[in-house]
Amino acid sequence: MAAVRARGRVVRFVVLLVLGAFFLLPLVAMVEFSTRGAGGTRGLASWAAIADDPDLVEAIVVSVQLAAASSLLVLVLLVPTMTWIRLRLPALRRLVEFLCLLPVAIPAIVLVVGMAPLYAWVNYLLGDSPLTLAFAYAVLVLPFAYRAIDAGLSAIDLKTLAEAARGLGASWGTVLLRVVVPNIRTALIGASLLSVALVLGEFTVASLLNFDTLQVRVNLLGKRDAGVSIAVSLMSLLFAFALLFLLSFIGRRRRAAVGEG
Amino acid sequence: MVAPVTTGVGRADRAAPGPGPGRSRVAWLVVVPFLAYVGTFLVYPTVSVLAGAFQDADGGFTPTNLADLTRGAYLRAFLRSIELSAITALLGAVLGALLSWAVAGGAPDGPLRRVVVAGAGVLAQFGGVPLAFAFLATVGFQGFVTRFLRDSFGVDLFAGGAWLFELPGLTLVYTFFQIPLMVIVFLPALDGLRPQWREAVDSLGGTAWTYWRHVGGPVLLPAFLGAVLLLFANAFSAYATAAALVSQGSPIVPLQIRGFLTGEVLLGRENLGKALGLGMVVVVGVAMGLYAVVQRRFARWQR
Repeated sequence: MAAVRARGRVVRFVVLLVLGAFFLLPLVAMVEFSTRGAGGTRGLASWAAIADDPDLVEAIVVSVQLAAASSLLVLVLLVPTMTWIRLRLPALRRLVEFLCLLPVAIPAIVLVVGMAPLYAWVNYLLGDSPLTLAFAYAVLVLPFAYRAIDAGLSAIDLKTLAEAARGLGASWGTVLLRVVVPNIRTALIGASLLSVALVLGEFTVASLLNFDTLQVRVNLLGKRDAGVSIAVSLMSLLFAFALLFLLSFIGRRRRAAVGEG
Repeated sequence: MVAPVTTGVGRADRAAPGPGPGRSRVAWLVVVPFLAYVGTFLVYPTVSVLAGAFQDADGGFTPTNLADLTRGAYLRAFLRSIELSAITALLGAVLGALLSWAVAGGAPDGPLRRVVVAGAGVLAQFGGVPLAFAFLATVGFQGFVTRFLRDSFGVDLFAGGAWLFELPGLTLVYTFFQIPLMVIVFLPALDGLRPQWREAVDSLGGTAWTYWRHVGGPVLLPAFLGAVLLLFANAFSAYATAAALVSQGSPIVPLQIRGFLTGEVLLGRENLGKALGLGMVVVVGVAMGLYAVVQRRFARWQR
């Protein structure tokens, strides 16, 4: 039996090695490609060029602002709503769940078709700042954020906590901000990290609504300077990896619920 | 929009001690911002696409848009999209299940698992454009592997044409995000296998084959089938990677929709793009519906 187990370990190791190599190869190739210098030398010219491209830097700034705005928007929309529904309007729970998970079934490219005329209005009313994309991004983030927050709220005894606070004279705002939010802190951080990663990697909506975000700029750059665009691509992949790796420590107990589906 | 809600909360405050008349109406006000937002940015765009598919340029009812999907370039694009999604879903599911199995053997909170799960999340959900560039760096005209094969073995990867920018290339790159998605959805199912089952098979003299044939396999089958459906929907919906890789021609449906949005297509037929959108929603909807059915079966199984 020990021999069988040992053989299992060997097969496991081989699978990890082969698939690991398959997944690492493109990353290694990106490092190789982005460090090519003139005449077969090695250099960091492509990486240095990132900071020298004002359009690219601006696009990175826009994407970071968008990431912050979108995760804030989705939290502000979902936390009070989901809390209130658990406490007062359980009848609405299925509807809200359905609406939040709906974006999973509607391809982003289809949403863009419907959003294009809407954005003509948004830009007319609010100006054509790329930050208005946060409205669209909050939709894309909705399923992830819903699952994370739902897992967080399920893990605490919301009713008892809220009643205790109310009994001591706290207003609903206080209950929300000083009782609920601190208690589901890890879920909120998890939802935010996922949102940030998703927004930094988003391309479909931004490119078709003509906003210059990081990925749109990277794609454009690819036609002119492959080295730089590959360097930025690698950078954004590694950054998203760092965010999700961080998440694996924060959401330790709740990871199963967040990662599911 | 915000003002009535805050006063609503205030009124609920005063009315809080006992259920009074109108209190439930006030309670509903708290949900208004969420519903207004979701109505505007999710429900309205979706409905406008679905309804637009049945309208002509003047807003009148017409079945022409949908009828056009059943022939010519549009039908071919749908068939190619379905083929691409099915192939990469199966490839991704099998290889991803293998990888999940290899990872599940390690410590649940170990570094291997953390790295694989985080990496899988990045590639499956946030890769998009960077993934296309990763493959340009690897097997593009000047890619790492292309150069290596050419310089060392005299093998030309592009002897058969610009395959990376056509369907074979899409299949390769799509597999690269399908395997990670499989790891994300299948790992929890693998965790559901109890070690005691394996021990029971062992102590009864069964082999690893007996275990997978009679215990592990049947228990995991619903989760596996569900994952295949999810992967199919995922590939069918994907846009970014294909858009970054394929700049000319529209072999698959999402790229055809791009043609409508960037105005490359005949005027007055904008609603044809919405019909394509409706077609996508139907295909993804069927896959997700089946997924929900399989999930429910699976949940009953686990209990």
